[in-house]
Amino acid sequence: MNNIFISPSPHVHSGDSIKKNMYGVIIAMIPAMVLSFLYFGLGAFIVTLTAVLSCVLFEFLIQKFILKTNTTIGDGSALITGILLAFNVPSDIPLWIVIIGALVSIGIGKLSFGGLGNNIFNPALVGRVFLLISFPVPMTSWPKPAQLSADAYSGATPLAMLKEGIANGESVASIMQANNFPTYKDMFMGNIGGSLGEVAAVGIILGLAYMLIRKIITWHIPVSIIGTVVIFSGILHIIDPVHYASSLFHILTGGLLVGAVFMATDYVTSPMSKKGMIIYGIGIGMLTVIIRIFGAYPEGMSFAILIMNAFTPLLNTYCKPKRFGVIKKK
Amino acid sequence: MLKTFKIGGIHPPENKLSKGKAIEVLPIPEKVMIPLSQHIGAPATAIVAKGDTVKVGQLIAKASGFISANIHSSVSGTIEKIDNIVDASGYPKPMIIIKVEGDEWEEDINKSAKINSNLEYNKDEIIEKVAKAGIVGLGGATFPANVKLMPPPGSTAEVLIINAVECEPYLTSDHSIMLEKGEEIIIGTHIIMKALDVKKAIIGIENNKPDAIKHLNEIAKKHIGIEICPLKVRYPQGGEKQLIKATINKEVPSGALPIAVGAVVQNVASVLAIYEAVQLNKPLFERIVTITGKSVASPGNYLCRIGTPIKNIIEAAGGIPTDTGKIIGGGPMMGKALTNIDAPITKGSSGVLILNTRESQREKSRDCIRCAKCVDVCPMGLEPFLLMTLAENNNLERLEKDNIMDCIECGSCSYTCPANRALLDYIRLGKGRTGQMIRNRKQ
Amino acid sequence: MSITVLLTIISLCAIGVTAAIILYFVAQKFKVIEDPRIDQVEDILPGANCGGCGYPGCRGFAEATVKAEELDGLFCPVGGSDTMSEVAKCLGKEVVAQTPKIAVVKCNGTCDNRPKHNKYDGAQSCAIQASLYCGESGCQYGCLGCGDCVSVCNFDAIYMGEDGLPKVIEDKCVACGACVEACPKNIIELRNKGPKDRRVYVACSSKDKGGIARKACSAACIGCMKCAKECPFDAITVENNLAYIDFEKCKLCRKCVAVCPTGAINETNFPPRKPKVEKKEVLNKEANTNKSEN
Repeated sequence: MNNIFISPSPHVHSGDSIKKNMYGVIIAMIPAMVLSFLYFGLGAFIVTLTAVLSCVLFEFLIQKFILKTNTTIGDGSALITGILLAFNVPSDIPLWIVIIGALVSIGIGKLSFGGLGNNIFNPALVGRVFLLISFPVPMTSWPKPAQLSADAYSGATPLAMLKEGIANGESVASIMQANNFPTYKDMFMGNIGGSLGEVAAVGIILGLAYMLIRKIITWHIPVSIIGTVVIFSGILHIIDPVHYASSLFHILTGGLLVGAVFMATDYVTSPMSKKGMIIYGIGIGMLTVIIRIFGAYPEGMSFAILIMNAFTPLLNTYCKPKRFGVIKKK
Repeated sequence: MLKTFKIGGIHPPENKLSKGKAIEVLPIPEKVMIPLSQHIGAPATAIVAKGDTVKVGQLIAKASGFISANIHSSVSGTIEKIDNIVDASGYPKPMIIIKVEGDEWEEDINKSAKINSNLEYNKDEIIEKVAKAGIVGLGGATFPANVKLMPPPGSTAEVLIINAVECEPYLTSDHSIMLEKGEEIIIGTHIIMKALDVKKAIIGIENNKPDAIKHLNEIAKKHIGIEICPLKVRYPQGGEKQLIKATINKEVPSGALPIAVGAVVQNVASVLAIYEAVQLNKPLFERIVTITGKSVASPGNYLCRIGTPIKNIIEAAGGIPTDTGKIIGGGPMMGKALTNIDAPITKGSSGVLILNTRESQREKSRDCIRCAKCVDVCPMGLEPFLLMTLAENNNLERLEKDNIMDCIECGSCSYTCPANRALLDYIRLGKGRTGQMIRNRKQ
Repeated sequence: MSITVLLTIISLCAIGVTAAIILYFVAQKFKVIEDPRIDQVEDILPGANCGGCGYPGCRGFAEATVKAEELDGLFCPVGGSDTMSEVAKCLGKEVVAQTPKIAVVKCNGTCDNRPKHNKYDGAQSCAIQASLYCGESGCQYGCLGCGDCVSVCNFDAIYMGEDGLPKVIEDKCVACGACVEACPKNIIELRNKGPKDRRVYVACSSKDKGGIARKACSAACIGCMKCAKECPFDAITVENNLAYIDFEKCKLCRKCVAVCPTGAINETNFPPRKPKVEKKEVLNKEANTNKSEN
């Protein structure tokens, strides 16, 4: 009887672990990763590999030698940060920029706050925004995707092309019907210019389905972001179709899908109650459309998510889950 | 669509290893140790002394106070001593130790197996018989049953709900009595309906017991006012508030008792005990206990006399396995880990579960990853991650504001947490301290 | 300078001056009149805000000293007698010198002395373990070893030793009482630090009968009362099978340590004893070699 254990109840556990959830997310990212390798070739693979290895290495080095705590590289969260960072950069970006991005993501975005669970901002986005502002040209020069269709599309992203066209006074319809502008089918399948993660909508949707089935995330954040973008951009499009593109265009372009499915749903930086998640999603959706249409950048998703990350603690304080046994006063 | 509660809930593996095993009678031990406190409320006071001879069913300790219960001898023999004995928690508690001689019962107990369906007693007589027999909630809460049958002035009972859910994994004692004592349970339900003056009773059973549902349905058809309600298999469906929500769709308000929505809930084993007390004059001195576990040679359901050492029931199931890691009194979600198996089976012991070493140890705990899974599964709509941090920092005022007193300690949060945080450990600590602070304030 | 720059400077200055005027009047209107001596006393105090004095923070204690007629009963354990005499000088009041105290862990139940019967696998908190069950050993009164005392100490004065018992660091302990409050088994006590920081105390809190206590722990107090009979100063009382040395009466003669059959009485910071009779040496080997920091 000397080796029996005593602990308070419960005495069983579901078996769920941080590792299982993180690797589940990685599996969900595989379709988008594979498609990016197909479209952008070896460069994409090398950038992804560099980002992942740098993130894991920096986490190990900083935890072991600077913070002198136990290393947590086995739980998969550094891996995810690496893949998401790679999703946010062009496939032919110089590798040293990727490594700097990894250092900023892990060192500043994650470990300086106290490691997994304590960071306020999404680490991959911290890295991405840092790179975007520090190295604007390499971060916005998009290579041509490997040609899966006969027509050669230019390297610029559809959003950039649209913004430039509108600034030149063209109407949305005329921009979209130009020869060098991708069709909706191209946008869905990924045959467009852009960063590794933002091109293949179909890959991201598969990933979303996988995460929902495995109950890694719930539907609230992705649906509220996409829904808000659809409604907001849809209203603008109905009012003035000459200057504002349709909702479908906004969903399939830019980092909207990868942001809504993988970035905004990050456990640590998103709210914890369903009501909070929906308000968070609405905020991100509105900010994205506002920045895209009225702001200086063609793409607004990263900034929108980072701004709403800052609101998460406030949403956690004021949006509490539905309690049992609370009678609503009539 | 099966009825269920709306907020939270988990579905742990059921592992009903002893399902369908017929009830066996555990042999009477050589000595029994009967604790004076097997119920919520003041411990009973012993009315026997060393050297006295007692019979089965004889009153040996009287209820001391309104919320207390009588205790009866479960064996016939001589009182060896009344002393503080170390119980399963490791702390010595006052117990009456009886050396067993023969098996002589009190004369007025009806020992025949014939079903007595005459409801000859009136409301007050029923409540008195229940009190006299020392019946307490046998689901594990051990609240004195007679007190539950007397709603406080100003509140009336409208419906009786029988808790035959048995949502804890592994346990099958309630299931076995539904199969073998179905008739008695239905008559017992009638008796309680009469005591409470209600016209309607609902028996809630989880859908993983289709044979029991079918069997009770057949019997209930012949009686008016009793409805069998199959419920979705979800933990903690057997929690009082969740059961009431699922069966009559009313939520007991925070801080209130079930009577506030007109409901009285009784465990199905308590119903059987009430039948036996009222119809057979048999006080509470034995109960069905499940012995189970993946390494146990023959899991089963045993009829045990109160005070039997736990090791006896483990022996009957094949002895203690060599790879035992934890011995639990009760189910795996809310049961207590036992420190020694010489401790006795009490009125609240619904099962003995043996987990092997691999299943027993907790994983290392990490910082909260803010996944909110604990919030998703909490059946009371609380935020376990927050309550744990507040309890660690002893912030009692905020704990009270964040409704920690609503927690039913079901364990769903700790079960789910991917970071293996000891959520319920700290929440329980915080709840105890906050409760003390509230009580101090009221004085 | 262009007109834009000029206008900028003028408008910013105007805003600044307006804000300054508003702030001045608001500060005057909402000013809190406080006795200036409270600030003076607060400056003298160490500023640890540990609550060891019994007041909420150093400011609370400063207010109490200014309000009180005499400084009797008011003592800052962190600053000690030096700080208190300075406060007394500042306020013009008398101060009573207090004997310095130290936290003492009254348990000898090391992993060697007190075998474990099970393994606690719950959250590492003594309060949680104590409310769950009696502990890993046969002694239900002894130290649980989860370190609630260590985590609550604001002065890093206590740490968990290799042998499973907490150890108090003499130089750092200010006797604030936080560990005493935190221990759910109430085995930590604030006792006088004698001359040369010496102290003698019964390192056991077990109220079990002698046989049971001894079976659970080889260094337990069995309530045999030999120490009480031996003490020339009547400093030892035995109640509930447990001996207790009154530290005000104890003169540190160590006669009790010599007669204790289990070595339950600890002596700290004494020079090692010369070995006397062989039999006594065997019995006292635990007590004599116990020149620990306890």
